[in-house]
Amino acid sequence: MVRYLTIRLLQMFVLFLVFLTILFFLINAQPGDISAQFVGNPDIPPEAKQILRERLGLDQPLFAQYLFYIRNVLTLNLGVSFDHYPRTVADILLTALPRTLYLFGIATLLSYIVGFQTGKMVAWRRGSAAETGTMVTSIILYTVFYPWFAILMLWFFGSQLNWFPLGKFLTPAQWFDAPYTANQVFNTMLLSMFLAGAGVALVVWGTGKFVAEPVPRTRARRILFALIAISMLAFWLISPMSRYAADIAYHTVLPVTTLTLVFYAAITLLTRSSMLETLREDYIFTARAKGVPEKVIRDRHAARNAMLPVTTSFVLAIAFIIGGGIVTESIFSWPGLGLTLLNAVNVEDLPVAMGALAFIGLLALFAHLVADVLYAFLDPRIRVQG
Amino acid sequence: MTDVTEIPPVDPVLEPDVPVAKEGLWRTRIRLWNRSFTKNWEIFSRNRLGVAGVVFVAFFGFLAILHPILMATVWPEEIYDPVRGNDTVILEKTVVPDGEVTDPITEISFTEAMIFGNFFPEEGDVVLVGQAPAPPNSAHLLGTDPFGRDILSQLMKSSQAAFTLGVIAAVSAVTIATTIGSVAAFYGGWVDSWLMRQADLILLLPLLPLLIVIGSLYEVGLWQLGLLIGILSGLGATAIILKSQALSVKVKPFNDAARVAGGSNWHIITRHIMPNVLPLSFLYMMFEVVGAIFLEATLSFFGLLSIPMSWGIMINTAHTQGYTLFGLAAWWLLFPAGLSVTLFGAGFFLIGRAMDEVVNPRLRAR
Repeated sequence: MVRYLTIRLLQMFVLFLVFLTILFFLINAQPGDISAQFVGNPDIPPEAKQILRERLGLDQPLFAQYLFYIRNVLTLNLGVSFDHYPRTVADILLTALPRTLYLFGIATLLSYIVGFQTGKMVAWRRGSAAETGTMVTSIILYTVFYPWFAILMLWFFGSQLNWFPLGKFLTPAQWFDAPYTANQVFNTMLLSMFLAGAGVALVVWGTGKFVAEPVPRTRARRILFALIAISMLAFWLISPMSRYAADIAYHTVLPVTTLTLVFYAAITLLTRSSMLETLREDYIFTARAKGVPEKVIRDRHAARNAMLPVTTSFVLAIAFIIGGGIVTESIFSWPGLGLTLLNAVNVEDLPVAMGALAFIGLLALFAHLVADVLYAFLDPRIRVQG
Repeated sequence: MTDVTEIPPVDPVLEPDVPVAKEGLWRTRIRLWNRSFTKNWEIFSRNRLGVAGVVFVAFFGFLAILHPILMATVWPEEIYDPVRGNDTVILEKTVVPDGEVTDPITEISFTEAMIFGNFFPEEGDVVLVGQAPAPPNSAHLLGTDPFGRDILSQLMKSSQAAFTLGVIAAVSAVTIATTIGSVAAFYGGWVDSWLMRQADLILLLPLLPLLIVIGSLYEVGLWQLGLLIGILSGLGATAIILKSQALSVKVKPFNDAARVAGGSNWHIITRHIMPNVLPLSFLYMMFEVVGAIFLEATLSFFGLLSIPMSWGIMINTAHTQGYTLFGLAAWWLLFPAGLSVTLFGAGFFLIGRAMDEVVNPRLRAR
C-alpha cells in the first residue's frame, strides 16, 4: 500500500508539472508581453520598457522563463494581484481555499452517501412506483441546466420564501465585533468535520477488525457513532465560536443543497445501473440458492460490488464537481476559488486567474488521488498489482 | 460424379455470367441497413423516454429551421433580429408625485420619470417611457428581453447555434476517439500506453476552469469551442471507453480471418474494428452533444464567449440586467432559455440512454 501510494504521488507530481506546462504555454501563446501595455504611452521610453522586461525576466529565453515559472509556482510565489494590488496571489487563494473545500467536501460526501443508498434501494425494488418516481426526479435533476437551476433555487428559497440568505457566506452585521476572522471559524469547522469523518472511518475499520460477530459489531458501531456525534455537538455548544459558525452554516444550506441535489441525481442513476448489472451475476444467484437473507444479499453481496464503478466514477466526476462548484460559487456569491477565478477573469487580473487555475488543478489532482486510494482500498485486485 | 456435373458450382467471381446475385452490392447493403434499422427502432421505441427524447430534439430542429423562414417572410429584421432587433413598447405615462402611483401602466412617479430620461418633469406632464422587458403579447409571443429584443426569435436562433455546436463537438470527438481507441486496442504496447496515459491526463484537466481562462484570453466562437471540446473529450474520456470496446472487438476471429486473407493492419482497423465500435461511438455522440451544450451555455452564462446568440447568453442577459430574482414575475426572461437548454440536453441524454439499451442488450428490461 505504501509503495502504491508513493508511485501514485510521484505520478501526481509529474501530472501537475504537465498541467503547469499547459498553463504556461497558454499565457505565452498570447502575442506581446506586459511591456506592450505601454506601447501608446509616450512618457515611457523604450529603455524603461527594456528595464521592465529585464526585471520581469522577459528577455530570457522561453525555456528559462518556463523554469522560473515552475519554480515560482512550486514555492507558492504566484506574484501580486493586479486588482487587489498589494495582496499577493498566494494570500488571496489561501484565503479562498478552505471555503471551496468546505463546499465541495460537504456536497460530495452528502451526494455520494445519500445517492448510493437511494440507488441501491431503487435497483432492489425494480419496477415499483418508488423506482419510477426516483428515476424521473433524478433524470430531471441530472439533465437540468445547472446555472438555471441554481438561479431558480436562489429565487424560490432565497427571495420568494425568504428562508435563506441570498448570497455571501456570513452576515457582516453579526461579525462587526467578532473576535475571530471568518477563516479561523471556517478552518475550525473544516477540522471538526475532518475529525468526525476520520473518527467514523476509524470506528468502521476498528470494529471490522476486532469484533467478529455481526450483531455486537453493529451495536458497537452505533454506540461509537453516537459518541462521536455527541462529542461534536458538545464541542460546538461550548465553543464561543458557535454563534459565528451557526451564521456560516446558515449561509451554507442553500448552495450546498443545490450542489448536492445535482450530484445526488447522478450518483443515484449510476448506482442503480451498477446494481442492476451486479444483481445478474452468478454469485447473487448462488447466495439466493444458499438461502442467504435478502437484506444481506442486497447490502453485502450486491451493493459492495456495485460500489466499484461508482467509486471509479468519482474520478470522472471531479471535473463535473469542480465545474458545478464554480457555477454555485458565482450564483450564490460564495467567495471561494471559483468566484475568485471568475472575478479575476472579468477584470483581467492575470496572476490571480492563473494562480486560481493552478490551485483548482491541484485540487482536482488531490481528489483523484483520494479516489485512487479509496479504489485500491475497496478492490483488493488493484492492490496486488501494486 | 453425375450429381456434381448436373448442378454446376456457382462462383460469381469466376463466372460473372451466372445470374446469381441479381441485385447490386449497394442494394444488399441498403436492405441490410434498413432491416437492422427497423429492428433497432423497434427496441428503441419500446423505451418511451427515448421516444420523448426524439420528440424534444425534433422540436428544437423545427425551431431552428423555422427561424430563417420567418425572418425572410413575416418578421422584419429591425424588430425581430435576435441580436440587433429592437421593439420597445412605448407607453404614455402621466407624472404624479412620488408614492401616489395608483396605476403603474398609465402613471409614473416623479423620481422614476427622472430616471427614465426626462430630467425636468413636472407634475401632470405626459412622458414617453419605453417598456422593456415587455411581457408576452400578440407581436412577441414570448415577450421581449431587457433590450427590447424578441425572445422567441432569440430562442430559435439559439437552437441553430446549439445544433451547430453539438454536431461539431460530437463529430470531432467521436472521430478522434474511435480512431484512437481502435489504434490503441489494435497495436497495444507503447502506442496503447502513450495514448491512454494521454487520455488519463486530459481526464484530469478541470475542463470548465480551463475553458473560462481560455475564453477570457482568446476569442472563442462556436467553431473554436466545438473543436476544443471535441478534441479534449475525444482524446480523453471517450477514447478510453471506445478503446475498451475496440479491445473486445479485436479478439474476435474475423480479424484473424482478414489477416489470413492478406489484410493490412490499416485494413483490419478501418474495415473490421472501427465498424464494430461505431454503434457505441454513435451512443457517445449523444452524450457528447449534451456535454458540449451545457459547457457552452455555462460559459455563455459567464459572458466569456463571442457567440452572437445562445440560450446561455439569454440567461446571462436576464441575470446581469438584474432580473435574477424576479422568478415567475418575469418568467419569459429566465424560463424559455433555461428550459430550452434543459430539454435539449435531456432530449439527447434520453436518446443516448435508449440507444444504450439497443447497443447493450444486458440493460433491457427483463
